[in-house]
Amino acid sequence: MALAGAATLAELRAALSDAGLPDRAEDLRAPETGLVMTRGRIGGDGRAFNLGEATVTRAAVRLPGGETGFAYHLGRDRPKARLAAILDAHWQNPAHRPAVEAALGAVADRRAGAARARARRAAATRVNFFTLVRGED
Amino acid sequence: MYVAVKGGEAAIDNAHRLLAERRRGDPAVPELTVAQIREQMSLLVDRVMAEGSLYDPDLAALALKQARGDVVEAVFLVRAYRTTLPRFGASVPVETGAMAVDRRVSATFKDMPGGQVLGPTFDYTHRLIDFALAAAGEPEPAAEAEPGPDAALCPRVTDILGQAGLLEASPPEAGAPVGDLTREAVDFPADRAVRLQALARGDEGFVLALGYSTQRGYGRTHPFVGEIRCGTVAVEFVPEELGFSVPLGDVPLTECQMVNQFHGSGDVPPQFTRGYGLVFGQGERKAMAMALVDRSLRASELGEAVGAPAQDQEFVLAHCDSLQATGFVEHLKLPHYVDFQAELELVRRLRAEHAAARAQGDAPIREAAE
Repeated sequence: MALAGAATLAELRAALSDAGLPDRAEDLRAPETGLVMTRGRIGGDGRAFNLGEATVTRAAVRLPGGETGFAYHLGRDRPKARLAAILDAHWQNPAHRPAVEAALGAVADRRAGAARARARRAAATRVNFFTLVRGED
Repeated sequence: MYVAVKGGEAAIDNAHRLLAERRRGDPAVPELTVAQIREQMSLLVDRVMAEGSLYDPDLAALALKQARGDVVEAVFLVRAYRTTLPRFGASVPVETGAMAVDRRVSATFKDMPGGQVLGPTFDYTHRLIDFALAAAGEPEPAAEAEPGPDAALCPRVTDILGQAGLLEASPPEAGAPVGDLTREAVDFPADRAVRLQALARGDEGFVLALGYSTQRGYGRTHPFVGEIRCGTVAVEFVPEELGFSVPLGDVPLTECQMVNQFHGSGDVPPQFTRGYGLVFGQGERKAMAMALVDRSLRASELGEAVGAPAQDQEFVLAHCDSLQATGFVEHLKLPHYVDFQAELELVRRLRAEHAAARAQGDAPIREAAE
């Protein structure tokens, strides 16, 4: 689910075709864009407060075989949410689960690579400040 | 008072066509794409998301394009758009302690687990115009280094200081409903959660000026930056129909923990007090200003005298919203003909009365002079 959310529409299309799975499904809930109020906590760890909303798109589908799947993602990409719900529904079928996971492997790799690169760039800016003795002291 | 007017449809249509042409600028210059604005004007996009109170970088970038780069107009567009959407619910509160940190600095502690990470900052630049940017060309790639063993562990500095009891604890979760100013009008005195919501979407310039005023003595709070962190956090949501939490994706945030002068009472020994700032995107100035104003708005809670503008809840919350402010200021340019006509009548009558009084009053003086 997190992987599908981080994937692009093209990546999800590729994943479905790599897994050799059909994209035929019935809409249980047609893709719909709405808002989720993002909350923070006072002081980072205290009482909740409303920070601001985010656009979120959701979809729910049923496969001809009866498996159901859903998706909730940041953003407004309705085709992507529907495709993610289809992948989720296929994943519910134990026979298809390994194929779905393998097909999403490329997204997982890209995501892990991006996170690693980001952490490495941040690490290069880590600094040690020295407190100097002031002349007048 | 504004009285409705009719007419002018053709002129209005033509004005909007002219606006579209001016928005485009010189057609010999390539048109900006939304992706270019999103990627290369990212701090401006972040500001529109923060003040528009809606996380959606593509939408904010498009609003900026439509608004010719006018922040308040872009905020207006984003706020108007959000009213067209249903609300699915509220997220699980984000865990900023688990942030994938791009930047994290403390002005109070040199050495802390996770270290000081400068990240992509304007700090320590020389603020000299870089004419090389006027020419096309890619920058050299960012340096990389192996993250230290503690890099993934970035406890909030306030958690470290809090353990020793030197810092007041955050107000504990009581399970009470979370006030939402987009749903209910703000009542005064306003709850701290509502104040933070208002400040998070407040105009950066206004909040900055108020924060600055507290430093200059209008409600002094003796602040230190305990910590500023920028990075991404995972947002989770529990859909009603599922009953378990699902990850929606990652959102970039900036958090500021301000540590302020002590407060104590008969029951509690003296300890540092706190102000808190949290905004969408990389918005360090805004998060810092928000934390300063959050702390100053706690004046009466902490038994301090309330006198300065930044300590006055009603003054701050009623004026910090750029959209509300611009709405009331800018409505003045709409036709006020009827209203003004009445004022005109009044001032003519007053002038006539004044002239009559003068003519009467002046007569004896003239006589005396004669």
